[in-house]
Amino acid sequence: MIRSLVFAGFLCSATLAQSDTLKLAVTTSFENSGLADVLLPEIEADLGIDLQLLVVGTGQALRLGEAGDVDAILVHSRASEEAFVANGLGTHRRKIMYNDFVLIGPKSDKAQIGATSGAAESLQRIADAQATYVSRGDDSGTHKAELKVWQIAERDPAKFGSWYNAVGAGMGAALNTASALNAYILSDRASWLNFKNKGDLALLFSGDPVLFNQYAYLPVNPARHPTVQYEMAMQLEEWLLSDKSAALINTYQINGETLFVFNGQQ
Amino acid sequence: MNDITQGLLAALRLIVTFDAELWEISLRSLQVSLTAVIIASAVAMPFGAFLAVQRFKYRRLVISIMNALMGLPPVVVGLIFYILLSRSGPFGVFGLLFTPWAMIIVQIVIITPIIASISHQAMRELWAEYHDLLISLNASKWQRIKTLIWDGRRNLLTAGLAGFGRAIGEVGAIMIVGGNIEHATRVLTTAIALETGKGDFALALGLGFVLIGLALFVNISIHWLSRTEREGRW
Repeated sequence: MIRSLVFAGFLCSATLAQSDTLKLAVTTSFENSGLADVLLPEIEADLGIDLQLLVVGTGQALRLGEAGDVDAILVHSRASEEAFVANGLGTHRRKIMYNDFVLIGPKSDKAQIGATSGAAESLQRIADAQATYVSRGDDSGTHKAELKVWQIAERDPAKFGSWYNAVGAGMGAALNTASALNAYILSDRASWLNFKNKGDLALLFSGDPVLFNQYAYLPVNPARHPTVQYEMAMQLEEWLLSDKSAALINTYQINGETLFVFNGQQ
Repeated sequence: MNDITQGLLAALRLIVTFDAELWEISLRSLQVSLTAVIIASAVAMPFGAFLAVQRFKYRRLVISIMNALMGLPPVVVGLIFYILLSRSGPFGVFGLLFTPWAMIIVQIVIITPIIASISHQAMRELWAEYHDLLISLNASKWQRIKTLIWDGRRNLLTAGLAGFGRAIGEVGAIMIVGGNIEHATRVLTTAIALETGKGDFALALGLGFVLIGLALFVNISIHWLSRTEREGRW
């Protein structure tokens, strides 16, 4: 018993202390894309910042920023972001890059969504065929994007029957559910390409401008939370908008496919 | 079934190659859960013995509450402590959120009732046996508790290990207050949740087998250290 006490005491003292770090809340789709693994080491090398990523949904990321528990957020839901800045929670919103959402479904494509003129029409066909569909249902950026397309398609998910499964989970978990149910789902392209449990699913529709997915960087307002590392957050912003960051983002590929397009303005 | 074989292979590969990240998160899992068990035991074991020895007005109520708290939902504990430890919360000034200490705190809250309940159960049976002897020796209350704890140490070990089991396998609470930050608060269970989310079931299962192995290792080494469950020494 005493020996185990000493052992545990040794373990505690070893690594619990933390130095000054920058905490950035990012969305699951950004983390799942794998781009973070490319950018993080470069940021740490160039700025000497110990950057810690909190991978959460956009809704939770905004809450973490509101509470001052993170120093900045990188999310993709324009309306919520603008409200965040308008309420004085963040100092400003800076566009960084975009990628796009894609419609995934069973290879047999029962609802015939592959050959349509737009994303809204594809969703209409899914609703009309009552084909099994999985929705994030977690108030995330991706979920909000999906709801926007349903609105354009003039369909109300609140009135859908049992074919519409709002799972209330992250992108990966929702894709796992879709794979198990062989269902249709809206995903960001990066998460889909990196997803390893594709099963019988395939990418069926993409390219409609309504599916573009803009990522923005918002530093948390230091006037509201004096403890946030605003200077470091600004250094990071400057780095994200630099030519080097643009090159890294534009050349990042999975299976030979480019994922992100840098559109930040210095 | 194929996924499970893949998982076992992934676990083997990680262990054989001394994967640096695996070592880091495994050690952090141990560090967080063992610290939580030690602090929780220091409170819960004497408390369990006290409940066995002392008679007072609301004793039954306290025992009922303690037993009910064994079923505390970790995700609720996590959320409550997130709000408390948040920068905007009452304990925000300590800056504990998203550190290993926050994870230790929620694990203490989750496992203290379990350790206290099992300790109380064990101490109660022992007390029935020791009652007359200790009373006739005119032992003080504190001496009675000390005697019970020492003579019931094997049972208390079980209580501690039950707490450890719950702590090391817990994910809901530490995900919220720890944040699963790489190189800071990522532990085995949160890493498993992450890899499952990425659809990489082989790696997730591999980490799961490492976690089970780790729990086995801790249990066996503690039994070995305390020389219990050996032939002739039950």
